[in-house]
Amino acid sequence: MGLPNASGDLSTEVEVDAFRRLFPLRFYKKHLFESIRPDARPLGRARETTIALGAVASANGSALAKIGSTTMLAAIKMEVMTPSLETPDEGCIAIDFHMPPICSPIVRPGRPAEGAPVVAKQLSDTILSSGMINLKELSLVSGKAAWMAYLDIYCLDADGALFDTALLSAVAAFSHLEIPVVSLNDDGKIVLSEEQGLSDREPVNKEKRKINLSSVPFSLTCVLHKNYILADPTAEEESIMDTIVTVVLDSSSQLVSLHKPGGTVLAYTSAIQDCIALTRQRVKELQKILEEGISGMEVD
Amino acid sequence: MEVDREDGRSQNQLRPLACSRNILHRAHGSASWSQGDTKVLAAVYGPKAGTKKNENPEKACIEVIWKPKTGQIGKPEKEYEMILKRTLESVCILTVNPNTTTSIIVQVVNDDGALLPSAINAACMALVDAGIPMKHLAVAICCCVAKSGYVILDPTKLEEQKMKAFAYLVFPNSVHSVLPEGSLRVEGEPIENGIITSVTHVDDYFYCLERGRAASVKLSDFLRRNLQQQSTDSSKAG
Repeated sequence: MGLPNASGDLSTEVEVDAFRRLFPLRFYKKHLFESIRPDARPLGRARETTIALGAVASANGSALAKIGSTTMLAAIKMEVMTPSLETPDEGCIAIDFHMPPICSPIVRPGRPAEGAPVVAKQLSDTILSSGMINLKELSLVSGKAAWMAYLDIYCLDADGALFDTALLSAVAAFSHLEIPVVSLNDDGKIVLSEEQGLSDREPVNKEKRKINLSSVPFSLTCVLHKNYILADPTAEEESIMDTIVTVVLDSSSQLVSLHKPGGTVLAYTSAIQDCIALTRQRVKELQKILEEGISGMEVD
Repeated sequence: MEVDREDGRSQNQLRPLACSRNILHRAHGSASWSQGDTKVLAAVYGPKAGTKKNENPEKACIEVIWKPKTGQIGKPEKEYEMILKRTLESVCILTVNPNTTTSIIVQVVNDDGALLPSAINAACMALVDAGIPMKHLAVAICCCVAKSGYVILDPTKLEEQKMKAFAYLVFPNSVHSVLPEGSLRVEGEPIENGIITSVTHVDDYFYCLERGRAASVKLSDFLRRNLQQQSTDSSKAG
């Protein structure tokens, strides 16, 4: 990774790593001029993405998603609860996002990370408003019992694009989710049936069923710097270039959410359209990766 | 398409705006902004010496504290703080006073829809009152898309709850050029900050942007008149 020696500035006298730390913007400018990034990606390409379903054996649904080095573990636990009076035949989803100190040197124990509540709220807004899950499917006995799904997402390694990876792991966990078999016992309470076919009680749902996902949301975070658009930034890129745009599209290319919280670069309509186009491509890639993950599980 | 809104406004009509500055005497700058029944109070203290631990000491730093009307501070308040902080950081000239912190405290007095845009407008006016150097003002507007596809501006709380999607858009204020020929050769007008949630078509979003830009011109005019009036009043009082 050599720097061009033609320029007569400090780049010839200082080592590459030191230059990267001391003058990050100039380091990036030299790379962007050649339309490439320090990790040899072209500007519009995202990092390598993998999904592993069923990472947590004791949870009803779980997934481990990695985009580059950013790693997120999502797990869903289901619990029976009484639905509220206004929506007697709908279940409920509670989404929580945690950034434990393992993920980054900026996060220390006792003091919650600054970005964590923001990502948590964005996630719950996106998942609930995208209509991915029909809450009526989570109902058991109308007015008396319904499922409450607790989705917890833990960030294990924070290297940029946290929202993307978290959303991907949540979606993968929901596609892995199997609703357990329950039955109504004599007191009118719902209990978990240990085995199927054990029958002095009639099971409320016959077998472990998967939940139906419609219009699955996928996202892409881009960073705007002057007139360059960098897709899927690492933590280093996010900290130097502060204008971050996150676009969430669902599987039919409808816009679910566009989030651009301030930033020094003002976004013209053309920049937004480019971001949306990059996201469309990314949605196709992610759909393929998710389907491969699911079919891989079913082979077992 | 004629749309009936409950308070009789047309689709693109904003609620009555009111703004007063310098209402808190201890704060270095303060402003109260109301759009219809939504009222927000903003106070600015600063610049104070020193920046927080992870912030860049070569630039000024902005800290936002959001106080809801009732209840404890939770995730929505943290999100609003983050959005306000980033928006105001892009509006203020941060290199003028390096290694300082400017605190902006936003207090929600009443929430009747379009809360975040009102807060952004109030914070900008408070920064003007405090004399913090800024590149331009941020003008914020809220657009909603209904299920049947029509777009309304500046919804009330009831209207917001019935809508399919909403967008908070922040634009830099419109420029009145002193030169007779436009020095504005920009292709389209830029947006600083846009948040939209819930499923819509991409085209709807660009339509919202158009409506929002048009309304931001009206808001910019209101801000200009308001700032000019108050500055002539204070010169008379002196």
